[in-house]
Amino acid sequence: MDSHSHEETLALRVQFDTPEQQKDASVLGMWGFLITEIMFFGGMFLAYTLYRSTYPHIFAVASTSLNVYIGAFNTVVLLCSSFTMVMAVRAAQLGQRKAIILFLILTLILGGAFLGIKAFEWHEKFVEHHIPGQAGFFLEGIPAEGQGHAQLFFSLYFAMTGLHALHMVVGAGLLIYLIVMARRGIYTREYFTPVDMIGLYWHFVDIVWIFLFPLLYLIDRHLG
Amino acid sequence: MTGHIHVDSVKTYTLVFLTLIVLTVVTTAVAFVDLGPFSVVVALVIAVCKAMLVALFFMHLRHSTILTRLVVVGGLLWLLILLILTFADYATRGILGVPGR
Repeated sequence: MDSHSHEETLALRVQFDTPEQQKDASVLGMWGFLITEIMFFGGMFLAYTLYRSTYPHIFAVASTSLNVYIGAFNTVVLLCSSFTMVMAVRAAQLGQRKAIILFLILTLILGGAFLGIKAFEWHEKFVEHHIPGQAGFFLEGIPAEGQGHAQLFFSLYFAMTGLHALHMVVGAGLLIYLIVMARRGIYTREYFTPVDMIGLYWHFVDIVWIFLFPLLYLIDRHLG
Repeated sequence: MTGHIHVDSVKTYTLVFLTLIVLTVVTTAVAFVDLGPFSVVVALVIAVCKAMLVALFFMHLRHSTILTRLVVVGGLLWLLILLILTFADYATRGILGVPGR
């Protein structure tokens, strides 16, 4: 019963009894962090829903001005990246070093593609004078007195998609770290916790977009 | 040492992934159909289904410990408190004659 006198390894730090206990602790801690993220994005979704119900007509016109095809395509790109990410975690579970690196690189490329498409979309808004606070902001189909509320929609749009994109940028940095470490052969069947945890983060960011896409692009589409 | 880990098959992940793509196409197509107030309901139900698929399969929640699941459900309850209490406030402000409103 001298379980605390074991040699310390990456898979079994000195403060844990078993590798399973260490893994469970990591997963629990990561979910604790993700819940703070859920509450953080929850506040944004709350603000969006309240203003949308306060100015339903203007928000419908503004929402319909977004390019739904680009939004849907980007959703597919992000889902593909989630798939490659879960395949990277699976490769880690099986201790397949080359497969881990391959799937992580694919995830990074798809994440980069999402950000590139998003940047193109934001540029489109700039050209169309749909940036809140931009001199000459004008949304077609809205009377002059409603332009301020249209700016409100775009403020929320940029805040929400911007914070989501920021999470993607952080995720891309984490993926680069994982690729470097995987190349060094740090991750084995016994120890791949960072791949697992960053996987959880990546999927969480995917889930945020799964809600952003219908709420920003879709729900008033039939009116336009 | 890997007895504790459930390694899902590539087939499982592929099926989940394809379902997610199909649901994305469906929700985009349905958005163009006029369902009145149910447009929001349909979009959100599909979004919740997609999120559940990602959480249960890609985030391995279906293999996780009871404690982790409890924490996740607890977190979602707090989110519901945030949403429901705030909406209840906004929805009922006009009913009572609150001074200064």
